[in-house]
Amino acid sequence: MSLTSLLGQPLRVVNVGLELFARELEADSVVVVHVDWRPPSGSPSVAALLARLDDAS
Amino acid sequence: MPVRATVRRSFYQDSVVLMGVALELRALPGVREAAALMGTPANHELLASAGLATPETNEAAPEDLVLAVDVETAAAGDAAFAAARAFFEEHRRARESTGRVLPRTLDSALRQLPDANLATISVPGAYAKLEALTALRRGLHVFLFSDNVPLEDEIELKQLAVRRRLLCMGPDCGTAYINGIGLGFANVVPRGRVGCVAASGTGLQAVAARLAARGEGVSHGIGVGGRDLSVEVGGAMTLLALEALADDASTDAIVIISKPPAPEVLSRIEAAVGAIRKPVILCALGATGRPGAPGTWVSTLEDAADAAVAIVRGHALAPRAFGDPAAVRDRLAALASPPGSRRGGLLGLFTGGTLAHEARLILEPWLGPVASNVGGPAAGAHRILDLGADEFTRGRPHPMIDVSARDARVREAGASPEVGVILVDLVLGRAAHPDPARSLAAAIRDARAAAERAGRSLVAIGSVVGTESDPQGLAGQVAALEAAGAIVLPSSAQAARAAALALRPELAPAMLGGER
Repeated sequence: MSLTSLLGQPLRVVNVGLELFARELEADSVVVVHVDWRPPSGSPSVAALLARLDDAS
Repeated sequence: MPVRATVRRSFYQDSVVLMGVALELRALPGVREAAALMGTPANHELLASAGLATPETNEAAPEDLVLAVDVETAAAGDAAFAAARAFFEEHRRARESTGRVLPRTLDSALRQLPDANLATISVPGAYAKLEALTALRRGLHVFLFSDNVPLEDEIELKQLAVRRRLLCMGPDCGTAYINGIGLGFANVVPRGRVGCVAASGTGLQAVAARLAARGEGVSHGIGVGGRDLSVEVGGAMTLLALEALADDASTDAIVIISKPPAPEVLSRIEAAVGAIRKPVILCALGATGRPGAPGTWVSTLEDAADAAVAIVRGHALAPRAFGDPAAVRDRLAALASPPGSRRGGLLGLFTGGTLAHEARLILEPWLGPVASNVGGPAAGAHRILDLGADEFTRGRPHPMIDVSARDARVREAGASPEVGVILVDLVLGRAAHPDPARSLAAAIRDARAAAERAGRSLVAIGSVVGTESDPQGLAGQVAALEAAGAIVLPSSAQAARAAALALRPELAPAMLGGER
């Protein structure tokens, strides 16, 4: 992947968060997969920990 | 009747869905106030400050839904909770009717779409880094709408993006256009030959909408987030975006939209601009180019778009204070205060932070210090508020979606002798409120009537960022505001100048004469 993988190429999108944005992209005929996201159990600090663990892997 | 609350465990809903529920509950008979929130620490504070916290809500975790209502009777509370259940049931049914199985993680989404090239991320800020890091590591460009993301997280994300030569648009990136497709809050504009690099979502929207009004379009509008040109982030994405647009065959001219960069970052940007073999327009609100600096420097978003139009068409740029000075003079004359009546100061209520900042820069030379949450003193006779700032959006959608906070402040202004002129922006486009002018017009009507009853006059001046192709339709929104007595100018810069004139009519010869 590089800069040329986006500008000038058809958008193929993974949407994480507001479902509204996925619907708007679909209305523009963009291929989009919406993620049914939910926060990791516990607190936001768990997310920070997960990010660090993923770093190490 | 005390507050009634219920907590639904492990039932995550996004902030737009929750706003829909809260609005529906508030409209029910016997409901004085309603909140539908996830149990995050910030939301617990909001519930407490709204008087809606209960021992039960205090136990809610971030993945738990909290419904809290202040009701007149127990029956009204029961009805509210039943309405909420029905709302979520309907939402679930609508989702399931598509027949698709939604993945729960970015990685499982990539198994469904292995050739994805972009992740659009709008989860709450505390979780944004994890999702964005995952996306970048999987080789995806990122549009990161989430705000309230710590600066150190932004630095880490952008350093990774630069190493992988991927765009990390954001955090706090409200708008982007890639291949003519709008992301986030985006106006429906034609695809064209002007590329933009924007540290501001509404700044990009204002330029894109103005380009459309002038018959031009956007090739790509790469958002970088408001902190990209800080010393800490160092312009990492601005520089990468400039490189991308310099190489992009569909881009004939480039517009950079930002607040003033940190001096050491500016020199890097200037070096990059100097090396680009395409015309570059710089609109770094509050900064002017030093003599001999590369690129064409302009001072407003409107001028940035107009300069791009002039350059791609080979015309000269001729900036003017007002598109139609005679019309401005006539409208303001008709609203002149009766002799002897006292007039208060200015209250600017903005959904776009960059429009708020630009307005302050335009107003201060004419009015003196303007207090705001986007720079300048904290208090004073003239005030401007960016209602999209982090402190107003914790636990609630952006004011472009949830217009209630702004409308409430407009009504309060009607009762305040300190306010003589309200200056507002209205930002249309995809993902924004479907009809923001309607409730704003009602609030303006109420505020002006309240002021009149108190023997004062309240002038409402505004501008609308939008196009006729937007879902809301530009002309209809402008007409609704004008019908409420507001003076609507074709740009936020012109609206700010008109507000200065409304407060200081003696400026007319200088301002209407075309001088800036």
